[in-house]
Amino acid sequence: MADTTHSAGHEAASAPGMPQLDFSTFPNQIFWLVVTLVVIYIVLSRVALPRIANVLAERSDTIQRDLEKAEALKAKAVDAEAAYNKALADARLEASNIVAETKADIQKDLDKAIAKADAEISAKAAEGEAKIKGIKDNAMVSVEVVATDTASAIVDAVMPGAADAKAVKAAVKAQLKG
Amino acid sequence: MADEATSGFNIHPMDQFQIKPLFGGSEILWYTPTNVTLWMGFTVLAIIALLVLGTRGRAIVPSRSQSIAESMYGFIYKMVEDITGKQGLKFFPYIFTLFMFVLVANFLGLIPTSFTTTSHIAVTATLAFAVFFTVTILGFALNGFKFLGLFWVSSAPLPLRPVLAVIELISYFVRPVSHSIRLAGNVMAGHAVIKVFAGFAGALGLGAIAPIFAITAVYGLEVLVAAIQAYVFTILTCVYLNDALHPSH
Repeated sequence: MADTTHSAGHEAASAPGMPQLDFSTFPNQIFWLVVTLVVIYIVLSRVALPRIANVLAERSDTIQRDLEKAEALKAKAVDAEAAYNKALADARLEASNIVAETKADIQKDLDKAIAKADAEISAKAAEGEAKIKGIKDNAMVSVEVVATDTASAIVDAVMPGAADAKAVKAAVKAQLKG
Repeated sequence: MADEATSGFNIHPMDQFQIKPLFGGSEILWYTPTNVTLWMGFTVLAIIALLVLGTRGRAIVPSRSQSIAESMYGFIYKMVEDITGKQGLKFFPYIFTLFMFVLVANFLGLIPTSFTTTSHIAVTATLAFAVFFTVTILGFALNGFKFLGLFWVSSAPLPLRPVLAVIELISYFVRPVSHSIRLAGNVMAGHAVIKVFAGFAGALGLGAIAPIFAITAVYGLEVLVAAIQAYVFTILTCVYLNDALHPSH
């Protein structure tokens, strides 16, 4: 079968041996191969390869662009977070200010109220004291009168006729002061 | 004929490689449309279908066919760039043409009853010599006589260099032979083996489980071979091209 010495091979296609070594078919094969390669080359270099290269370039551009966009969005998100945190801090500060202010107001009101109450209390106390003092003074006067009367009566009873109203009064006053 | 009478089996493993005129007659002139023409035409159509029709959407998110076309493009582009550097990229369309032709022709040859154009040494030798002459002419055109430095291994000890030069020279001229026979031989051998097993299966009739299993296994292997040989052919082309672009060792 494998007679590679088949060089006289101009037989028809059904000749035994390797058809690969039938040199009479070589021009035909080479001609059609060259035609095929030229067609493939033209199609590839004119249409297919530029198109694929474009698509690949476009895709990498798109990916690049999307990545950049994502980066920008991320930066925006970071900014937004910072702004949010700042707003939160501001709000906290404001709230604490309001609390302090309110506290101060309340304190002021309270102080005022307390002062007023104190003033009222002290006024009432002074009034009460004045009243007490009046009562005390009245009582003192009454005591003096009673003591003088009592002393005059006692002096009368002990030594009648020796009653010296002025002296008794002075003695009683001296006794009360002492 | 004589074989049939003696062997008993009716196996013609080499018949599948015969070249026949498409429209009758037995004379094969250089322009006669033959089954070679037919299957090379199918190769062209398949390549157009994949790379032109398949990518017509130009989609950012690719369809399946566009994705295949793109991955092939990327695969060969990266191979050319890795092996030959940036200067080699202007040869990318040529290399991609070679790769697509060999790959698609190999795969079309795996269709039962088809004709495998790459199983013919005339085809693969034309491809290999085209690469060989391109590389040689390009080497001299780009580097002048410095291209001969490819054969002068300056990193070797001086006494060894003439010997190495002879070896390098021989290996350089053997390149197109090995380059072409590797491809045609692999493809032809696999197809012939399948045909032999198919002949056994036909002879055994219903009890043909073992040959059918063998055909399946060899066919699987052939699918691998079809792709690997296209890859090997292309990568060797890149390696040879790199010699022309950067001849210093």
